[in-house]
Amino acid sequence: MSNPYIILPIVFHMAAAVILMFCWFQPRVQKLLSILFSLIGLGISVWLFRLVWHEGFQVTQAGNWDAPFGISFIADTLGSTLGLLSSISLLAVSIFSTVSMREERIKFGYFPTLHFLIMGLQGAFLTADIFNLYVWFEVVIISSFVLLTLGGKKTQLEGALKYVSLNLLASTFFLIGIALVYGLTGSLNLADVAIKIGAVENRGLVNMTAGLFLVAFGIKSALFPMYFWLPASYHTPPAAISAIFAGLLTKVGVYAMVRMFTMVFIGDTFMSITLSGLAALTIISGGLGAIRQQHLGKIFGYLIICHIGFLFAGLGIFTELALVGTIFYLIHDIVVKTNLFIVAGLMNKLTGSPFIKEQGGLYAKYPLLSLLFAIPLFSLVGIPPLSGFWAKVYLIQASFETREFLLVGSIIFGSFLTLWVIAKVWSESFWKDKPEASSSGKPWSTFSTKEKWGILVPIMFLSIVSLYIGLAAENIISLASRIAAELMDPSAYINSILGMK
Amino acid sequence: MMLLIVLSGFLFSALTRPIGSIFKQALPWVFTALPVLLFIYFCSQIGVVSSGDSLTWTYKWVPSLGLDLVFELNGLSLLFALLITGIGSLVFFYSTYYLKGHAYMDRFYGYLSMFMASMLGVVLSDNLLALFIFWELTSISSFFLIGFNNEDPKSRKSALTALSITGLGGLVLLGGIILLSSIGGTYSFSELLSQRNSILSSSSYCWILVFVFIGSFTKSAQFPFHFWLPGAMKAPTPVSTYLHSATMVKAGIFLLAKMTPLLGGTPAWNHTLMIVGGITMVYAAIHSLFRVDLKGILAYSTISALGILVFLIGVGTEKALLAVGIFILTHALYKAALFLITGIIDYQTGSRDVSQLKGLQHVMKPVAIAGFIAALSSAGFPLFLGFLSKEIMYEATFKYAEIGILLTAAIVLTKIFLLVAGFWAGISPFTGELPENLKATKKPSPILWVPPLLLGVGSVLFGVFPALIEQSLIQPVFANISGLDTSIYLALWHGFNTVLLLSILTLIIGTAIYFQWKPSEGKFARTLRFEKISPQTLLEGFAVGFHTFAGVWTRAVQNGYLRNYVLSILAFLTVIMGYRFYEGVSIYLDWNQLSEITPSEVIVVTLMVISIIFAIVSTSRTASIVALGVVGFANCLFFLFYSAPDLAMTQFSIDTLTVLLFMLVLFKLPKNKIFSSKRIRIRDAVLSVLFGLLIAILTLEVFEEPSVTDISKYYADNAYLLAKGRNVVNVILVDYRGMDTLVETTVLIIAAIGVFSLIKLNLNPSKEQ
Repeated sequence: MSNPYIILPIVFHMAAAVILMFCWFQPRVQKLLSILFSLIGLGISVWLFRLVWHEGFQVTQAGNWDAPFGISFIADTLGSTLGLLSSISLLAVSIFSTVSMREERIKFGYFPTLHFLIMGLQGAFLTADIFNLYVWFEVVIISSFVLLTLGGKKTQLEGALKYVSLNLLASTFFLIGIALVYGLTGSLNLADVAIKIGAVENRGLVNMTAGLFLVAFGIKSALFPMYFWLPASYHTPPAAISAIFAGLLTKVGVYAMVRMFTMVFIGDTFMSITLSGLAALTIISGGLGAIRQQHLGKIFGYLIICHIGFLFAGLGIFTELALVGTIFYLIHDIVVKTNLFIVAGLMNKLTGSPFIKEQGGLYAKYPLLSLLFAIPLFSLVGIPPLSGFWAKVYLIQASFETREFLLVGSIIFGSFLTLWVIAKVWSESFWKDKPEASSSGKPWSTFSTKEKWGILVPIMFLSIVSLYIGLAAENIISLASRIAAELMDPSAYINSILGMK
Repeated sequence: MMLLIVLSGFLFSALTRPIGSIFKQALPWVFTALPVLLFIYFCSQIGVVSSGDSLTWTYKWVPSLGLDLVFELNGLSLLFALLITGIGSLVFFYSTYYLKGHAYMDRFYGYLSMFMASMLGVVLSDNLLALFIFWELTSISSFFLIGFNNEDPKSRKSALTALSITGLGGLVLLGGIILLSSIGGTYSFSELLSQRNSILSSSSYCWILVFVFIGSFTKSAQFPFHFWLPGAMKAPTPVSTYLHSATMVKAGIFLLAKMTPLLGGTPAWNHTLMIVGGITMVYAAIHSLFRVDLKGILAYSTISALGILVFLIGVGTEKALLAVGIFILTHALYKAALFLITGIIDYQTGSRDVSQLKGLQHVMKPVAIAGFIAALSSAGFPLFLGFLSKEIMYEATFKYAEIGILLTAAIVLTKIFLLVAGFWAGISPFTGELPENLKATKKPSPILWVPPLLLGVGSVLFGVFPALIEQSLIQPVFANISGLDTSIYLALWHGFNTVLLLSILTLIIGTAIYFQWKPSEGKFARTLRFEKISPQTLLEGFAVGFHTFAGVWTRAVQNGYLRNYVLSILAFLTVIMGYRFYEGVSIYLDWNQLSEITPSEVIVVTLMVISIIFAIVSTSRTASIVALGVVGFANCLFFLFYSAPDLAMTQFSIDTLTVLLFMLVLFKLPKNKIFSSKRIRIRDAVLSVLFGLLIAILTLEVFEEPSVTDISKYYADNAYLLAKGRNVVNVILVDYRGMDTLVETTVLIIAAIGVFSLIKLNLNPSKEQ
């Protein structure tokens, strides 16, 4: 159904960022406005999601040029779901930022950039044009780079350099890939390309191009052996920035990969095997990294990699069941990872150190807070019936059905490593007494009421969403199943864009 | 109704906080009321279940996954539910005194009731996935309870070890359950039962067994995964009683018993269980003789008893399965009592050293009576419940075909050692003369001694009148495990036969050993020599090795050098593309289609090649940059040749700017040095050439493909007509694809913010001072 308002999430965040720039030197105003805009943004996302859920795909053609001549935008179930999740993450991070972000950073454009980042993500989730997708990726990269370097601390810059170099490398491959696709099909419209690429006779060329896309998106989504930038950079910026990155950055890579490899490059056994193998290696490599770390941010960073492997396992298996697993996990992961990094930031503040060796005594001092922290921690592990559990059932079942025993092993092993790491964190940071020698943190009682709420509200909000995903799994499964079915049969997507009945 | 019963524990544990803050004092009593009420409820169901019916309650939960909460009360689950709530009541009651005044009493009861609810969930669930969910929750509650004294590093370590082993086992079990359901098409156990034949003949049967076994063995502390259980004794004694002796560790046994009618009866099933159970029972029984810590003795004798149960399930004859049912009950009654008694001794004297504790009957008579009963029941003296189970056990093994003698020998040996261990725990501390230092020991509170005494009453009552449990409790259990309708018969007197002889022999030899063998620190120390080859050391060694490997691996991958990262990524891409190229790309060049090569083109290409080589070999940064600039300009010329002057202009200005900017930056840097060795440079060169070649071939071949020009034609045709612009490129930029341009402009704005903050904002601490 044609509906020009579907680009509202994009336009709104652009407007929000611009308005925020006008309040450059008024941090208080920026804080209030950002929360307000995030709320409205969430409202828009909810509206769009409900619209798509009840009335089906919504399409609009930019400049009213008929597809495939202009740029098409489509809100399908996957895109609108991810848009909704981005808005949820944004709201939490925006509230958290108001109390955790230093004023200097706010005076140097933190909030406008944050909203630009979300605009980029929303654009990526809604566009149906490969080159336009590239452009949205540029927005995401540049704004995340700005957020990473904001403050100019030495560690930040070192991380940001690696981050931006490798991501630009990815963009280059992506661009080469786009050029080749254009050369092969003469089109950039995703739906049009999906149809025309099937007609290319020299399949080897298509396969080689697929390789380029694999690496381009593989870098962005932190797949083994391309994830180097993630452990190098995620622990360096302030917690709020890490949180939004952890929730969304790698996921947009996963999204692009899912789109391309369910619509354009399909029916390619080699690629499926490669993806499965990479997924297994990513799970194990991420898990191995996580058990070695002491820095809380790095631990969670490696766990992101480990769980990216779960997401790709489903794509590698490529059955409807497996995709249900991937989508469910994606939904769970965005919420829980955002929350985790916020929690890590708070733990860091309370104990005065980011290293779990030097942390401790949280449970004795703050039993209620600990209980709250336990929700994201154990959701991540996937202690049933919390949110991380359900997707694994689908993934394991799908692996068994396609006899991919390597994946079964890695998923079980990866889950075990996650369990171990989180139990270790619990034992070190929460149970252990705080070591004498280590620096003292800022006790909770010295936080002002405003600060307390600014931290607690986002954590509680995301925890409630996590709990909902886990306990009302039935609803999420029906959503994930619908998305998986749409991915397996993209004809509805193609027809809506090209205006065919 | 049932949902409420199972979930009430979770509800209580969630309410810990509010309840705790309202009535701090009454909290333990409020919580104790819960298992008591549940116990009464389950008792009231005995009649229904013993008549052969089973009760089911179904609640929809996640139907798309085939996950319903189906609770089924049958013989097996009723026996366990009674143990869970019955012993639970006693433990809850006992703890009200044991942990009196403890700062985290509320937490303790919260975890404990969460555990109880999970455990009820495990034994009542018909849906295997639901069973797994509750199974994991028991592991987690056990983790929190073992680490309850969380300031103690040993407690934390034990909790982590226990969670690692049971957690890994749990995940493997999940694999097994999913595999089972993907063959049977359902998670419902009762539906799976009807497909037994197709499951047994499936090629995955073997894997299902492996997965289910690993799950059960880790949970029920079977060799070689047993060592988490002695470690788990770091938990407060009521927890050890409840989780690590009477209920949770029996979840593995429960699972095996439940699965027997579905998966059992094959050689693979029987032999594995017999071997693993056999090794565990003998190994742990021997170990228990060398411990001096009362809880250590009990931990190993518990492992041994669990071994016996696994072993009996493995034997799998009717008698053996009957013995399983009775021994579960027997063991729970006497072992829980022994643990509670140990707790009392510990609480009153502050010691658990069996070589020091003597003559305590003078100060705690009722405890001593409970201890004697428990020890005698454990030994299997006539008129105690232990006697019944021992008789049936011996009978089962003795009548087992060819290797009956061997099996009987193993179980008799185990029973002898267990008798000694039981005596040490239940009799030794109370007999003999009270040493000086223990004279001041106070009398324990009735809250402490009533529970073990009640358990003792059970042991005696059922031992003297087996008819009390024969039809009501054991018959339905037997029917569930074996899947047979045979009537069972429990009797004290089986006639004078070999089994009775063996039984008497066990008692005589065991008692003799008890009087001869004194556990001491010295003997314990001697066993430590074998510690080097114990499964615990080996597995921990493996874990350490794995941890080291993880470190090596992570440092190798994440080595900190950007150049290595880029290299790995390029190498990976080259391999992928190279393989795809090798796999099949039809190379095809139509020379006629290519335009003729003009001299000017040759010149420009030569220029490009020369400057590239120059850029690479030059030692001066400035020269390299300029050389690269030349490559850019040469590109512009090509744009010009092929009539794209606007592109050429753009490229030209960009290149000029880039070179200028680079020069400004590089000017400040020191002279370029070559750090890399020759080998590295050759490696890099090979990789670059290969990668470049692949991209070049790909590009060339893509151009050879018949191109589709609908879109570019449409652009050219309609630029003026529809978009009112004469310059097609401009129209594309601002109209057809205006969105791209808009967004790219935004990118510039964001970049500007970034540059601004990079230059102006510096939060480095050193700079602030």
